[in-house]
Amino acid sequence: MSDTFQLDGAAVPFEPGQTVMQAALAAGHYIPHLCYHPEFKPHGSCKLCTVKVNGRTTASCTMPAEAGLSVESDIEELNALRRTLVQMLFAEGNHFCPSCEKSGNCVLQALGYDLEVHATGFRHLYPDRPIDASHPDILLDFNRCVLCELCVRASSEVDGKNVFALAGRGITKHLIVNSESGLLKDTDIALTDKAMEVCPVGVILRKRVGFSQPIGERRYDKSPISTQALQDAPRIPSGAKHD
Amino acid sequence: MDDLVSRHGGDATLLLQILIEVQEHFGHIPPAVATRLATSLDIPYARIENVASFYSFLHLKPQGEYRVLFSDNITDRMLGSEALMEQMCQLLWLQPGKVSEDGLVSIGPTSCTGMCDQGPAMLVNGRTITRLTHQRVQEIAQLIRNRTPLSDWPADFFKVDDDVRRGGLLLDNKLAYGEVLHAALPAGGLNIVDVIKASGLRGRGGAGFPTGQKWEACRNAEGNRHFVVCNADEGEPGTFKDRVLLTRQADLVFEGMTLCALAVGARKGFLYLRGEYRYLLEPLRAVLQRRRDSNLLGESILGKPGFDFDIDIHLGAGAYICGEESALIESLEGKRGVPRNRPPFPVTHGYMMQPTAVDNVETFCQAALAMHMGADKYRAIGTEKSSGSKLISVSGDCAYPGIYEYPFGVTVREILQDCGAVNTRAVQISGPSGICVGENEFNRKLGFEDLPTAGAFMVFDDSRDMFEVARNFVHFFAHESCGFCTPCRVGTSILKQTLDKIADGHGTQYDLAEVENLDRVLQTSSHCGLGRTACNPVLHTLKHFRPAYENKLKSLMFSPAFDLDGSLARARQMTGRDDAGAHLKETE
Repeated sequence: MSDTFQLDGAAVPFEPGQTVMQAALAAGHYIPHLCYHPEFKPHGSCKLCTVKVNGRTTASCTMPAEAGLSVESDIEELNALRRTLVQMLFAEGNHFCPSCEKSGNCVLQALGYDLEVHATGFRHLYPDRPIDASHPDILLDFNRCVLCELCVRASSEVDGKNVFALAGRGITKHLIVNSESGLLKDTDIALTDKAMEVCPVGVILRKRVGFSQPIGERRYDKSPISTQALQDAPRIPSGAKHD
Repeated sequence: MDDLVSRHGGDATLLLQILIEVQEHFGHIPPAVATRLATSLDIPYARIENVASFYSFLHLKPQGEYRVLFSDNITDRMLGSEALMEQMCQLLWLQPGKVSEDGLVSIGPTSCTGMCDQGPAMLVNGRTITRLTHQRVQEIAQLIRNRTPLSDWPADFFKVDDDVRRGGLLLDNKLAYGEVLHAALPAGGLNIVDVIKASGLRGRGGAGFPTGQKWEACRNAEGNRHFVVCNADEGEPGTFKDRVLLTRQADLVFEGMTLCALAVGARKGFLYLRGEYRYLLEPLRAVLQRRRDSNLLGESILGKPGFDFDIDIHLGAGAYICGEESALIESLEGKRGVPRNRPPFPVTHGYMMQPTAVDNVETFCQAALAMHMGADKYRAIGTEKSSGSKLISVSGDCAYPGIYEYPFGVTVREILQDCGAVNTRAVQISGPSGICVGENEFNRKLGFEDLPTAGAFMVFDDSRDMFEVARNFVHFFAHESCGFCTPCRVGTSILKQTLDKIADGHGTQYDLAEVENLDRVLQTSSHCGLGRTACNPVLHTLKHFRPAYENKLKSLMFSPAFDLDGSLARARQMTGRDDAGAHLKETE
């Protein structure tokens, strides 16, 4: 038998080295998340996956699973926290869902619906973030960036290119590309890069494919993110056994 | 350039140190230099911007020939720093945060420079200037206009006093350098761990982790190499005791580090010196060299075969967050100072993911003293859970600001009496991330049982508006948030906006409720202590001084933050109109 921890009253098996998030998703339990992606090393910045472990709050995507842990996730206190975090992300960037190419396929928007965020909550910061349309095939709309670093991680870990990086500190933190000119056209990005696929929002876009899939028939139009995330998650790993 | 890179061995972990040298040489980091640097170090170009843009003192765009930064701690403000900055801007014809059109000068604020006992203070091209007055600001403006090289400015400007007002076992020690190490060497490293554990010594950086336990865990941790790191990134506003220790007791600091090296089995140590204390770099290097010459550092220290240890000094470049130990380690590795996910902790996975003991400047001094005195004698000082003495940095409304050493257990009231504070309304203990105590709490004691402190002790008398104190601290946290996690990055900015809204007279009960909601979010979900404590100033002042907030509120439940008249300011500036007709009447 494998070790288990308790998640909202259910026993969740795990393998050594797995985090609470990885084990939960593998066992069919959804914990809301944004910067976590099953294919990359967790980095724990968005804090949407915050859970209570033995009464203390921590990000579940980076918390190593241990036998006997008591984890609370789907409770109003934490869902209220997650709603506030989503509101913060909406207030931080410039998000106009109705005209966004990513609408319906956007993780931030889907989280908003699934967590029932009904109002903006905060005064918007309206940052000045010019778009980069320099590349012939790719558009970068930094207005929508939520600083999850998935493109940074994908480009470095999978593509071996380091096309993307972060710059600045605090509220001025922003995404940059790897060229002295600061323009995407002067980087070695390619349409086939992993970094092209991972943006959870609408920053990294292929040119000339706008709205090819009608709104209403998109990923999160069909089922909420809480269901989709479980479908995408790696299933119970082969090594794990149930008793 | 090539010389610079080769001197650093082409080592990308020294990127921050290299960038600091480039900044000192060119006044900023020119793109062409960045490109060459990226090539020589074999790192992506974006990495240069990624790192440089994290640190306040590094610039990717040209700055003024003279870069003037006014220390913006509340204690500087209380001594009139805002008016002085305005005066200087007027004298030199520029706006804060902008570079003058001739490229001569730029002026702006910076976080506390650790000169609170002799403020208002500023940094000019990284050099500290203390005791600013209108007279001195005028002289400085003239020197800048004449393009007088900084080296020809009056030496008096750069004078930094120690202001030691009360000594104790640390500040009054008469130990010869090397004495403690000599005595401790025969019994070896395990004995050091045992003595430090038995002495009850706890970390002096604020968290108070038992030092002996940390050293033991580091000693027992598996790794190829072990490291000792001295945290001299004294960034907590209102704290300046490490500056004095590094000035007067540098040998004791290095002695403590060397003892630690023997205890944990380290061959290499770092002292991470905050950029604001750049002027201490050369004197500290001279002390290190003297210790090498005396065989207190280097190979086979004091003739003991196999006991090899040396210390490098790394500079910071204006980032408070690097005082957090895992962020400090990231910065030591030449990266952005972003706190790591923990566990694992630095004692097992620190510098280069190897076992690392990170301790505060004062902790290393106290460790050396505890070794010298023996555990029992050391433990007899202070209180049961807080043994030994503590250095307190006193500033603000008092007659004698400076450094005071007390055994733990001293009350707030005793310190207030000693420093000549009268009509005291509140004391901010341990800086903005610490605790604000009001008059009814002045009998509380400093120590881990009651009021834990890293040493800051800022005094506010009854003429001060505690709301403004909290607002200064909230601005500080927003400026210093590393931006890694959502709650701190966005939350500190929203908190700042909300307090500014209240200060502008647009605040309502709704805003106070929002502050309380933000507090909860920051406390429960922030990545590190910065975010978790960023609300403390507001929470504590609200608790003690709620009227200071409420008398600024409109009676309404809600008032929009959007200020129509304020939004027209730019249009008025462009049209050159500022008459009454160009303003909108506020509707109630």
